[in-house]
Amino acid sequence: MTHAIYVWASYGVAAALLIGLLLASWFGLRAREAELDAAGDGGRRRRNRS
Amino acid sequence: MHRFANPARFQRIAGAVLPWSAAATVLLFAAGLWYALLASPPDYQQGETVRIMYVHVPSAWMAMFVYANLAIAGAVGLVWKHPLADLAAKAIAPIGATFTALCLVTGSLWGQPMWGTWWVWDARLTSVLILFFLFLGHIALTNAFDDATRGSRAAAVLALVGAVNLPIIKFSVDWWNTLHQPASITRLDAPAVDPSMLRPLLLMALGFLFYFITVAILRIRAEIAARKLRTLRLAQSIDAPAMPAGRRA
Repeated sequence: MTHAIYVWASYGVAAALLIGLLLASWFGLRAREAELDAAGDGGRRRRNRS
Repeated sequence: MHRFANPARFQRIAGAVLPWSAAATVLLFAAGLWYALLASPPDYQQGETVRIMYVHVPSAWMAMFVYANLAIAGAVGLVWKHPLADLAAKAIAPIGATFTALCLVTGSLWGQPMWGTWWVWDARLTSVLILFFLFLGHIALTNAFDDATRGSRAAAVLALVGAVNLPIIKFSVDWWNTLHQPASITRLDAPAVDPSMLRPLLLMALGFLFYFITVAILRIRAEIAARKLRTLRLAQSIDAPAMPAGRRA
């Protein structure tokens, strides 16, 4: 297969970029939702104490 | 349009769309990769390197599509001041930058064996490089201010001004004498591509489109959560009673 290295390099870069962005977005969403839940619980506890 | 710009309504619609768009992405990429790498023939001139086109062309189309959406979101944010438009623009700019980077890298990997060079300062290549810098500028401007609204406004102006680059990218191969070949799919007459090569190209393009929808939903939801978090923390800091001086750390 002529020039196979260029073809595989292209698909490798594409996979790395697209999967990397997908995972970063997925874990970013999970982290923000966890922070939001924790902040909401903290607020509720403070209100209940007062 | 105003009805759909409500964050709560967006969350409901996005929740319903996300599993379907994720499933469509996986299926279209699976079918597209099968045709692109195994079932489609090599080109009679380019040989196996034609397979790079099945990644390069969809990423170029999506880079321009995402930038057009960025400019629309910028206009909506500036004119109607919809909070979702600013959040959407902030969320999709990194996706557009990724597609543009992928287009430039795969173009370079195709150029070396076919043209004998990684890069030329040709009108098409240069205008796409400018598109990449516009995406980076948008990301930088959005995050450059302590006040998120000011950052979004400045980035929206950049997105609108930069939209002039889209027709330059599209028509650069017609307006100037470029090394990059002219359009072969988006022509007024029939596409100049054999159906055996058009099939993987269109399947991969649809895969890229559904990938964009999936990742955009995840990122917009993360931005909505971040904004809620800021509002909640602000409200809690106002509600919290002033602590006596002796108990402060």
